[in-house]
Amino acid sequence: MTSLPPPTARKLGLVIDLDTCVGCHACAVACKEWNDGGQFGPLPDADPQGAKPDGVWFNRVHSYAVEQATPQGARELAVHFPRSCLHCETPACVTVCPTGASYKRAEDGIVLVDEDKCIGCQLCAWACPYGAREIDARKGTMQKCTLCVDRIYNETLEEDDRQPACVKACPTRARHFGDLGDADSAVSKLVAERDGYAPMPEFGYRPVNRYLPPRPRRDGCGERADASAMREETLDTAKLPGVLRWLDRALSR
Amino acid sequence: MRPTFSIICFTVLSGLGYGAWFLVGLGFAIGPVCGPRSAPDAFGVTLALCQTPFVSSAGLLLAFVLVGAGLLCSLGHLGQPRRAWRALSQWRSSWLSREGVAALLTFVPALALLAQRVVERFGAEPASPDAIAPRLLGIALCAGAALTVFCTANIYASLKPIAAWHQRHVVPAYLVLGVYGGALLLAAGAVPPGRWLPASDARTLLLVAIALAMGGAWLKSRYWRAIDALPARGVGHATGLDALGSARSVEQPHTEQNYLTHEMGFVLARKHARKLRAIALLAAFAIPAVLALLGFTMPGAQPVAVRLALASGVLGLFVERWLFFAEARHAVAAYYAR
Repeated sequence: MTSLPPPTARKLGLVIDLDTCVGCHACAVACKEWNDGGQFGPLPDADPQGAKPDGVWFNRVHSYAVEQATPQGARELAVHFPRSCLHCETPACVTVCPTGASYKRAEDGIVLVDEDKCIGCQLCAWACPYGAREIDARKGTMQKCTLCVDRIYNETLEEDDRQPACVKACPTRARHFGDLGDADSAVSKLVAERDGYAPMPEFGYRPVNRYLPPRPRRDGCGERADASAMREETLDTAKLPGVLRWLDRALSR
Repeated sequence: MRPTFSIICFTVLSGLGYGAWFLVGLGFAIGPVCGPRSAPDAFGVTLALCQTPFVSSAGLLLAFVLVGAGLLCSLGHLGQPRRAWRALSQWRSSWLSREGVAALLTFVPALALLAQRVVERFGAEPASPDAIAPRLLGIALCAGAALTVFCTANIYASLKPIAAWHQRHVVPAYLVLGVYGGALLLAAGAVPPGRWLPASDARTLLLVAIALAMGGAWLKSRYWRAIDALPARGVGHATGLDALGSARSVEQPHTEQNYLTHEMGFVLARKHARKLRAIALLAAFAIPAVLALLGFTMPGAQPVAVRLALASGVLGLFVERWLFFAEARHAVAAYYAR
């Protein structure tokens, strides 16, 4: 059914911390491994040891350098950007599908492909500005991030394993999973605290996933242009124990 | 966007076919245009010479072939063509589904009119100029053909991530170019005069072709100017990192090509685009218009002129459609930009 369901109360999605991501690709590998064997696999891998390997995986990690002007001169901030499906609230990839293969679940908002109905017309891939969808050239159907729907409700897994494979694999805790429709959830609080954003909101697809921007650096640079004014740390010397008060006076001379 | 032969074939051929059906349907809808009455015969009866403009059985049939070929071409783009029938189910939300439904529905009046022409040709009774059924079928064919091309154009125009397609010129251009191609097709089929269409119809079609050639050229030029003025979507904007500084890509996410870079990483050099645009304008509009004018003013030259006009027009439309794809940039390409 490619008409969108009414707005879902539960909005499951990912929060990706661009400050902590080191571009190790563990999430990409874990995603590929899980989906190769899971309900939606296997994922194609054409000519894997040959001259022109071509395969499908859902999590593509880009690496960028952001040039900033600081009082000490220009410097570059390294930012790694994992790109995968943002499970948008009003995605065009669902409405353009002519067969009803592309759908958004009403219970949790996850966007999926029903491979039994997909005709591989690739219109959904054209409609997605984030490149979330790729075609399985052998099967002739489209594939995308499933938010590990076969993991998160899987009773055979332990409670804390019921998270997307990419979230579990991340060594720097740069990926978080939860209900972004619940303002009290851990992920929602994280987004509020760090000014999480959705890339390219102008298409009106209302992505659910959020990216947490790199934290401001000590020299104040890295602060997002739209963030509040620089916060300065103040030291209340009256509250310090005697030795430290003496040290503060000595160092301030 | 990488231009695929199957989709270009589909839009050009079916555009031509539906354009021809639009004109034929229009002719049936207008109904017979009756000319001067003949001299009274021995019984004092005078007969009016009535003809229905643009109605060409051969043209109707040829358009059938083109539409069918186009639709078959479109199946060639699918990963699972055996399930293509499922594409008719989501007409509530999908332009591609709506196009499929409209395309198939248009076959109904087309087949009915073809049957009517066969019956008329081989039937005992001559057709009455006041018959209502052909008129209604003509209106249906006209509307169906227009609706189908409208839906096809909206498949592209509705895609926001492809700024070059999400333009207000796209739908009018598809419609105008469709009817234009159809006029060239019918005009070519009208010659020699009297064989497929009467001479007066041939002249009218040539005038229509000239007018639409000018309209088409104007629309495409405006469209190309509009897409040249589009701002480029950069890395910083696609990632949201432009709020921090000026971003550039230092490492691609994969060393080999993938589906996205293959399909949406196609880049056409500016200088090649300029040359191809000139070729498209020349072959699709300028040459056919000149040939049509030649055919209009010199009836002796008509047979050669209209066939050359059709050949040039179709070639030019293929180039125009190729450019439509090649010059379109997908938003995801911004993530990969260096």
